[in-house]
Amino acid sequence: MADEHKDIDAVTGTATTGHEWDGIRELNTPLPRWWLWSFYITIVWAIGYWVVYPAWPLLTTSTQGITGWHARSAIITDLAELKVQRGPLMDQLASASLPEIADSPQLLDFARAQGRVAFADNCAPCHGAGGGGAKGYANLNDDDWLWGGKIADIEQTIRFGVRSTHDKGRAGNMPPFTGVLKANEVSAVADFTRSLSGLPAEKGVDLALGTKLFADNCAVCHGEAGKGNRELGAPNLTDKIWLYASDKATIERGILQGRGAVMPLWDGRLSEPVIKALAVYVYTFGGGEK
Amino acid sequence: MANVLAPQKRMTIGEGGLALTFAALALLCIVIAAKAYTPEYAFHAYLFTAASVASVFAIVNRYYDRPAETPLTIDGKPNYNMGPVKFATIIAMFWGIAGFLVGLIIALQLAFPALNFDLPWISFGRLRPLHTSAVIFAFGGNVLLATSFYVVQRTCRARLAGDLAPWFVVLGYNFFILIAGTGYLLGITQSKEYAEPEWYADLWLTVVWVTYLLVFLATLWRRQEPHIYVANWFYLAFIVTIAVLHLGNNAAVPVSIFSPKSYIVWSGVQDAMVQWWYGHNAVGFFLTAGFLAIMYYFIPKRAERPVYSYRLSIIHFWALIFLYIWAGPHHLHYTALPDWAQTLGMTFSIMLWMPSWGGMINGIMTLSGAWDKLRTDPVLRLMVVSVAFYGMSTFEGPMMSVKVVNSLSHYTDWTIGHVHSGALGWVAYISFGAIYCLVPWLWNRQLYSLKLVNWHFWISTIGIVLYITSMWVSGILQGLMWRAYTSLGFLEYSFVETVEAMHPFYVIRALGGFLFLCGALVMVWNLWKTVNAAEAEQPAGVALAPAE
Repeated sequence: MADEHKDIDAVTGTATTGHEWDGIRELNTPLPRWWLWSFYITIVWAIGYWVVYPAWPLLTTSTQGITGWHARSAIITDLAELKVQRGPLMDQLASASLPEIADSPQLLDFARAQGRVAFADNCAPCHGAGGGGAKGYANLNDDDWLWGGKIADIEQTIRFGVRSTHDKGRAGNMPPFTGVLKANEVSAVADFTRSLSGLPAEKGVDLALGTKLFADNCAVCHGEAGKGNRELGAPNLTDKIWLYASDKATIERGILQGRGAVMPLWDGRLSEPVIKALAVYVYTFGGGEK
Repeated sequence: MANVLAPQKRMTIGEGGLALTFAALALLCIVIAAKAYTPEYAFHAYLFTAASVASVFAIVNRYYDRPAETPLTIDGKPNYNMGPVKFATIIAMFWGIAGFLVGLIIALQLAFPALNFDLPWISFGRLRPLHTSAVIFAFGGNVLLATSFYVVQRTCRARLAGDLAPWFVVLGYNFFILIAGTGYLLGITQSKEYAEPEWYADLWLTVVWVTYLLVFLATLWRRQEPHIYVANWFYLAFIVTIAVLHLGNNAAVPVSIFSPKSYIVWSGVQDAMVQWWYGHNAVGFFLTAGFLAIMYYFIPKRAERPVYSYRLSIIHFWALIFLYIWAGPHHLHYTALPDWAQTLGMTFSIMLWMPSWGGMINGIMTLSGAWDKLRTDPVLRLMVVSVAFYGMSTFEGPMMSVKVVNSLSHYTDWTIGHVHSGALGWVAYISFGAIYCLVPWLWNRQLYSLKLVNWHFWISTIGIVLYITSMWVSGILQGLMWRAYTSLGFLEYSFVETVEAMHPFYVIRALGGFLFLCGALVMVWNLWKTVNAAEAEQPAGVALAPAE
């Protein structure tokens, strides 16, 4: 541009382009060298990367790069490495019986490590991060087991679920007594149920009526003494552990509406060793039975 | 020629045609509303009807009020059309506050999920697109409309082309925002990130956007300057590319004209690729090229210094627009996207680093000879800090596109931190700076208080720093927790444990967002007092006035 040198910016001593837009001028400063060289370096680096890795599409495939690296083969390698790291212990876990796992400290540690992760990702949403349970979701830390606390019982429950409709799943509902028992009868049974675990009864309650009604309607599942029945998942009503709650209103609701909470089955959704590891992990929460 | 003195007023073809078109649209929308499959869609059809009827009235009213002819120049000076600019400036601040507020709400929802209140229309899933669209398209978009219409007139010394067209662009664009935003709350979405509005909103935006392009081009065409100023190159690149992106990513087949639902023509990994080609270039051309245009006008204007390097502006402009368009696949690393596409996305992102920094150099070095103004002018400081944030995020972006880095950062809060250092630091700050300049210029007032600008600057800077540092820590922690293995080869942490670990950072992030919102409210107060003050006796100080 011929007029390039006519207009020099006084502060920088650099020529402007000679144009002005709404009072704005532009200096004709050359490109900063470090900027230009950095730009070249990134271009050279990119070209180098294209040589090494798959980069440019061709008609039916793409340039493959000189290393033959491929995301799909890389993940296969990673998984193989993980398998090596988990090593023979994983194979042992798959083949060992549950008592064998419980008896081998090394295998037990391994199973618990696997179980901890699997529990947190699959079980914690209902049973809580530490297995503490919630209203309607069993606490797995105590000694009270609805379906049995031996390690094999726990495994069966995990594998096939509770009321999951699977043939081997835990089955047995508490039926609703709406229409079967009158309001005063429901109240009496609830009072009697509370008394089983020594909870104080309200004044003037008719425990005798409750006793009779319990024997007629409830004992078939919960037992004469209210000790429960693990075959049917009927809770022991004499301990102070409550799946729902011990207040009378909650008990009455259970009697009127029945109870039938579902736990999904995990067979086929979790792998064999993981189900075993979960059984071991839950077993070692502290309440496991011999 | 007798009618030179008293030209006869005639309704133009544009006025008549547009009024008839809107009348027809109103009728069509009533039919659609009556037959709509869902009440939400009927509601939108009624909104279209109401807006169309209002437009007919506005056009007719304006015809009676307007002079017979609008001169292009008065006393040899261009008769600038600043009405649409003023409107877009005000509405930008309105949407800005709304968008920041919704951002704060969803930040709090992440920290305290109970704040979803189990209500579908204010659940995180609906408010999140409301936030992103409100800040990017409503706030950012109106800032771009306002500044582009201002800058193109001033730097071309020409009145904005079109009579009704500029108004159609700003009002039509904001009507699109209304449809999009209410749609999200009512559950209408096509579930494409940053492109959630359904087919009919997209169609409307297409009409508005093409008009925008035509107005801009026609104004450039009638320019009185021999050359096109650099800011206008960037605006033009932004307008053209957004049109292409919008059409490509929203290619959809509606179920029926009476249904809001449509199906995207792309599927599978092609859909993912088109989506991120769109998504990344929305960043590149909406949030970068458009706002670089703002920088190229407002920084030299405010600093009263020439642009640092004309040559750099040419090279980095062409390099930027050529390279940006390739970078989208870096959003899909380690997915079903073919390796070659991931490689190209990553390498082009790396090559994009210096072209991006060219803009930063030109912005910051324009201050050479005027550095002292940073001490006394908080508006200039806002804009320079914004360019510094631009430089930081355009370094961070290429770095995060490198696959090994991405394997740690992807899907974590680091991405959110990165986005917000660009969004709050760069886009919002350059916008604030531009609006602090524009309002006194447009209304011919002195800015009410520079001290309040200073307060705004510091409150929101602390907010940004809290936001991005908490998200860096949270994101890297999250990434490390996800990939941590025990010595036995099992994952160290369950997902829920990583979520729990984020809680304190989510609280800090919400605090940062709160401060940013407070700063913006200070700005609104300052602008309110500015506009409502008595008109300045002389143009607001030589230093701040645009040259005629």
